[in-house]
Amino acid sequence: MTEHGGEVLATAPEERRPPVAEAAVTPRSRGHRGLTVALAALRAGPPAILLVLIVVLSLLSDVFLSLENVGNVLKQSAVICVLALGQLLVVVTRGIDLSVGSNLSLSAVVGAIVWRDQGSATLAVSAALATGTLVGLINGLLYVKGRLPHPFIPTLAMLTAASGLALYLSHSETIQGVPPVVNEIGAGRIASIPGGGDVGWFPTAALVVLAVAVVMVLVTRGLVWGRWIYAVGGNPEAALRNGIPVHAVLISVYVACGFLAGVAALLTMGKGDAGSPTSGALAELDAIAAVIIGGASFLGGRGSVVNALTGALVIAVMRNGLNLLGIDPNWQYIATGAVIVVAVELDVARGYVERRFRSLQAVTAS
Amino acid sequence: MTALASGADPTRPVLEVRDACKRFGAVVALDGVTLDVAAGEVLALLGDNGAGKSTLIKAISGVHRLDSGSVTLDGTDITGATAMTVRAHGVETVYQDLALFDNLDPAANFFAGRELARPAWLPRGLRLMRHRAMGERTAELLDRLQVRLPDLDAVVALMSGGQRQAVAVARAVAFSSRLVILDEPTAALGLRESARVLDLVHRLKDNGVAVILISHSMDQVMAVADRALVLRRGRSVGQTVPTTENHRQLVSWIVGATDARAV
Repeated sequence: MTEHGGEVLATAPEERRPPVAEAAVTPRSRGHRGLTVALAALRAGPPAILLVLIVVLSLLSDVFLSLENVGNVLKQSAVICVLALGQLLVVVTRGIDLSVGSNLSLSAVVGAIVWRDQGSATLAVSAALATGTLVGLINGLLYVKGRLPHPFIPTLAMLTAASGLALYLSHSETIQGVPPVVNEIGAGRIASIPGGGDVGWFPTAALVVLAVAVVMVLVTRGLVWGRWIYAVGGNPEAALRNGIPVHAVLISVYVACGFLAGVAALLTMGKGDAGSPTSGALAELDAIAAVIIGGASFLGGRGSVVNALTGALVIAVMRNGLNLLGIDPNWQYIATGAVIVVAVELDVARGYVERRFRSLQAVTAS
Repeated sequence: MTALASGADPTRPVLEVRDACKRFGAVVALDGVTLDVAAGEVLALLGDNGAGKSTLIKAISGVHRLDSGSVTLDGTDITGATAMTVRAHGVETVYQDLALFDNLDPAANFFAGRELARPAWLPRGLRLMRHRAMGERTAELLDRLQVRLPDLDAVVALMSGGQRQAVAVARAVAFSSRLVILDEPTAALGLRESARVLDLVHRLKDNGVAVILISHSMDQVMAVADRALVLRRGRSVGQTVPTTENHRQLVSWIVGATDARAV
């Protein structure tokens, strides 16, 4: 290395050398360190919000931290969590999927009809998952191959279409009965985890969420496909120039999001022991809110599995807390709105600090 | 990785462009331009706005297709090849927008679209990334080019203009590049950062890479270029070794003063 450096030194005009040598040893300035701390704090945004909520609620309510209530929160948040993880993939690529709620309803209705008519758990589960996946595939194809200007359009169309189809297939009625295995993952509790007596407190649905989350972390951090999702979201133009199959990546995230809507449909069916054509109504808004509270950016390229889950938990904990405190349930919606604004304001502040950081780099590191 | 400087042979050009012509409707953008660049040589491309510099580099990198003329790389005719094919032949262009992934770290930027991953029998997208191998290769390359970054794990968005430029240039040479085209690499940079980028150009040269440099700064051209070619209205109007003595000559070629063809 030193030999090589010597050669360069000989060819380069003298006055250009000192800055390079300096940069290698320049210690970070105090301002630099201050911004690093501020940045770390702002990046901890979503978990910090969740932590504050938990601390405040545990002070205000005795039951909040009881295992039974924690189990309830986990169970109630499971559907939002799974939907949010699917939505995350889409949002990272600068997209949005408005159809996940309707997709959930449709998948649940199809699953319940297949169970009623065929009596096969395997067929019913496969049908629900396949319906969700197919809806996602249609979304992706409409957006990419149909060249619709923004994913808002095809998924908005799908929101109404899938919802209409769910109502049509079910004759606007809830179809009672689901396979026992579906009932178990949606409503069951694991008795072998101690603390909840004979029935247990830890919901099986939370295990499903955990499994989905682990797979998602592996995919987004470990697989080339996961890297491509972030690359396409960060700079689609450059992704294309670098030979990343942008179209296939875009279609694939809608397929994955649809599949997860199918998983969420199974959880919902299990919880209510039925397939209802309106069971997913407005769930897309919760999913999108969770992802945004979790710090993902609509500008694309940013967002993580853990933070999206945190966002979903923030919404669930808030609802649960307001419930426990006996506050009018309509406040839940107002509070959710407020948290969205706070979370995004924190994100704006983070962007500001990052720009400061960057200009400081130009001064200290050159 | 690129061959080291010892192999630089000025008699055997890496790139040869012959009689390149390109018109856009009634506008003649290139009118019979001929140039060549050898390994380890820095050719500065000078000219006023609209002189044809951008069209020329886009024709070389496969973005534009020439109406007539030829582009040859290491003796292989690449006239009319697509941008992807030209890149596969080892020609990398760093445009002013840098085309970086701001949300990813330098290693992810280097390997975007060509991630090191296994096992090979799986489809590309389903392979597991080899994070450590990519990190090590990145650190090696940055070390070889003497690019210092405060934090290799930080996303590119957090870096200064000069550091980003350095990452973009390093990425261009990361994959056995023969020719790197730099489009005004210092346009958005301050003095010290500009100096560092010019240092980097020197190191590309030392590594046997042929460089075409577009710049408006005559000082920079004199500092790093072995040769300067001046374009004016789509024609090449003069070529010389840029020195302080012929500074005025170069300027008069650029602006088209009456004695432009005197030398």
